[in-house]
Amino acid sequence: MVNPGFFPLLIGGLLVNNYVLSQFLGICPFLGVSKKVGPAVGMSAAVIFVMLMATAATWPIFHFLLAPNDLNYLRTIVFILVIAALVQLVELVLKRFVKPLYNALGIYLPLITTNCAVLGVTILNIDSNYTFIAALINAFASGAGFLLAMVLFAGVRERLELVPVPESLKGLPITLVAASLVSVSFLGFQGLFGL
Amino acid sequence: MNKYAETFTKGLLKENPTLRLVLGTCPTLAVTTTAFNGLGMGVAATFVLFCSNIAISALRKVIPSKVRLPAYIVVIAAFTTIVQMLVQAYLPAIDKALGIFLPLIVVNCIILGRAEAFASKNPVVLSALDGLGMGFGFTGALVLMGGIRELLGNGTLFGWPEGGLLPPISIFVLPAGGFFVFGMLIWLTNRLSAKHDPTYMPRTELGCAACPHAATCARVSCEKEAE
Repeated sequence: MVNPGFFPLLIGGLLVNNYVLSQFLGICPFLGVSKKVGPAVGMSAAVIFVMLMATAATWPIFHFLLAPNDLNYLRTIVFILVIAALVQLVELVLKRFVKPLYNALGIYLPLITTNCAVLGVTILNIDSNYTFIAALINAFASGAGFLLAMVLFAGVRERLELVPVPESLKGLPITLVAASLVSVSFLGFQGLFGL
Repeated sequence: MNKYAETFTKGLLKENPTLRLVLGTCPTLAVTTTAFNGLGMGVAATFVLFCSNIAISALRKVIPSKVRLPAYIVVIAAFTTIVQMLVQAYLPAIDKALGIFLPLIVVNCIILGRAEAFASKNPVVLSALDGLGMGFGFTGALVLMGGIRELLGNGTLFGWPEGGLLPPISIFVLPAGGFFVFGMLIWLTNRLSAKHDPTYMPRTELGCAACPHAATCARVSCEKEAE
């Protein structure tokens, strides 16, 4: 079990190993829900929330249930089911007890069930052999990195709407080229603090 | 062309999941640093798609429609686990190169999308052919993209020749190059399709039609735009 500490995990998730721009996790919402800054923030907030909940649920399940019984190979199937059930449960609880939060995030929750960033963070936490605390910090940092990438990119796309683009590049191709340039800027963080 | 041949061939070009439907973007961008990795990912996903299409099609009358998505995910996760174990045992190099994207086949929207859009409504043989066709289309696109990135970024193709054919431009094997090459391939696909078929509507958005969450997603964008 390792715990690299709060600061390295946070910088790693936010900048150096950014989930979207360096690791290609969660590309669908990154390209799909990034047209405006508002929905981009809502979606990212929901992702951070679900990543924390999912890590808090799957870490104990793996280390206290699967690993002692030599059932490591069931990890993928158990994790995806736990996440799917958890998202449903969170939606119900929020709807019943925390109405304002539900109004802000509820609409994004069903989209996140099969988001590869959420399943990815739970699996990477196990693969990296993090302690429970480190896993939670990593989940938060990864989610925050997702938020940063979404907000930056939504800003770029809002500007892109006003630019004359060659007809055949309109839409997805120019969006991907813009994503490529945002990703280049994150290359500058490679090797920061020896991460 | 009979319906069997048509079901098989539509995934190769006409409804290519990567270049025309723009599905499964995460693995497409992440593992295509070399042509060989693209091939490995494509074959693994094709196996899961083929098997899950058969299983879901065979069970389509048994699965109640209310719980169909969780049921599909369990079937897909089971086959993904099988692939993961096979690759770990026989091809450890591929396992290392694909890393987290091997277990993440379970959330690849091509597979869930085909289960929802095709296998849940069609008989077993047709669904198997659909899975194979879509899988080959996905593999072809990944090998093409991996080949371009490897040739430009590393100067080699499938690791050949030793010294490299071209001087390497290493940005192409970095994440930024992935986004760029994918953007150019979509642009090329749109151009060629428009030339071949004037009625073709170039794809300007992410392919959501085949995704089971399309309805919710559309609701999100509509409501937010209305505000």
